[in-house]
Amino acid sequence: MIDIKDLRKSFEDHEVLKGINLHINPKEVVVIIGPSGSGKSTLLRCMNMLEEPTSGKVVVDGIELNGEANINKAREEIGMVFQRFNLFPHMTVLQNITLAPMKVRKISKEEAEKTAMELLNQVGLADKAGAYPPQLSGGQQQRVAIARALAMKPKVMLFDEPTSALDPEMVKEVLDVMKSLADKGMTMAIVTHEMGFAREVGDRLLFVDEGQIIEQGPPKEVFDNPKEERTRLFFSKIL
Amino acid sequence: MSFNFDLVIQSFPLLLLGAGITIKITALSVGLGMIIGMFVGIARISHVTPLRMLAAVYIDFLRGTPLLVQIFLIYFALPLMLDQRVDPFVAAITACGINSGAYVAEIFRAGIQAIDKGQMEAGRSLGMTWVQTMRYIIVPQAFKNIVPPLGNEFIALLKDSSLVSVIGFEELTRRGQLIIARTYGSLEIWLSVAVIYLVMTLAISRLVAYMEKRLKTS
Ligand SMILES: Nc1ncnc2c1ncn2[C@@H]1O[C@H](COP(=O)(O)OP(=O)(O)OP(=O)(O)O)[C@@H](O)[C@H]1O
Ligand SMILES: [Mg+2]
Repeated sequence: MIDIKDLRKSFEDHEVLKGINLHINPKEVVVIIGPSGSGKSTLLRCMNMLEEPTSGKVVVDGIELNGEANINKAREEIGMVFQRFNLFPHMTVLQNITLAPMKVRKISKEEAEKTAMELLNQVGLADKAGAYPPQLSGGQQQRVAIARALAMKPKVMLFDEPTSALDPEMVKEVLDVMKSLADKGMTMAIVTHEMGFAREVGDRLLFVDEGQIIEQGPPKEVFDNPKEERTRLFFSKIL
Repeated sequence: MSFNFDLVIQSFPLLLLGAGITIKITALSVGLGMIIGMFVGIARISHVTPLRMLAAVYIDFLRGTPLLVQIFLIYFALPLMLDQRVDPFVAAITACGINSGAYVAEIFRAGIQAIDKGQMEAGRSLGMTWVQTMRYIIVPQAFKNIVPPLGNEFIALLKDSSLVSVIGFEELTRRGQLIIARTYGSLEIWLSVAVIYLVMTLAISRLVAYMEKRLKTS
């Protein structure tokens, strides 16, 4: 589903990604962990070209991400959820969700609203359709943001620390939505610090440090038996 | 020296008519300036380099030369090129509108750049184009930010519009000059003119403050 070959990214003369190779299969849930500043967000953002790689190749759903047209096309298939939600504050929840399907997929308003209501039901927020984002709690906003991404019927979902900006009591409601997505067979790449979630929901765990994938494998194996010294060091700091 | 209050009262209706025309050219110019300014302001931050440079030249030229000279260019110099007389009203609004467009463009640019960059990223990540994201997400939010500076621009232009009196266009200042030419009442008329400008600018700044409050609560 996602194929990354020798991906490099530098900001000025600071190399943040140092040759990443990664293949994500359909329906696979890949969880990315690593220290702050290791390049996790940058890697994720290269998967939909919010960050333009310095070199290397990214292919999503058979579309190589190069050139404006290809990138826009691929983005229709890639949903993204941000740490800070990034909902559109001047629009109602319903408008937030229906905008892109109507403008990009050219779906009628009725159909877009029907899908939006189904999705809001799914994330448990059907009663908030008419609310504006600033009126919602962080957890509710993030669930709306997930619904907004899903409304495009993407084939892949990218999550960049979706619960890091939330109060502790709201983390679970968002993780539950993500877990049910995984159960439904969505392909997902998730950057997170929620190790319990990574262990439970992830098919594969990726440990990234200093712009490189240091170690990867089934979460339980990596957590219980890290092979690399750096992975062990990281776990000893956080667990 | 004596102050002829009767002259003030007699001239007042004529001056008020002039004030009406001042408001009309200001409103039309700001309207034109907003349309120009929105596009130039967006061009100023676009990723298309020639567009961005063109916008920068436009803004620099119009903010770096006096409005009075711009008015002369349009009213006196342009007809020589077109080989056709330009109507003072058209010249006044064109000059003020084009000039205002440069200031409004900078207001728009600042208003757009004040929007969190996560908004553009969210729009783009949903597959919308840069133009679509600008149109549906960024610009509508920027409008809220720019009401106060646009209000200031309106006030600045209302005062600067007195410059079009030099091409004989009969707005408030020109009316005052004409009445003085007849009556020699410099003191009475210029004071009256000043007071009328003051009342207009105060009224506008009140209106803008009110709109700002309304927008904040919505
Ligand atoms: N736009 C940018 N310009 C310059 N440097 C950047 C930019 N974005 C990221 N960086 C740098 O790249 C490095 C990796 O950043 P990145 O955000 O990918 O890390 P991260 O692993 O997501 O960290 P965190 O856990 O704190 O989110 C950091 O050193 C950061 O300072
Ligand atoms: Mg990050």
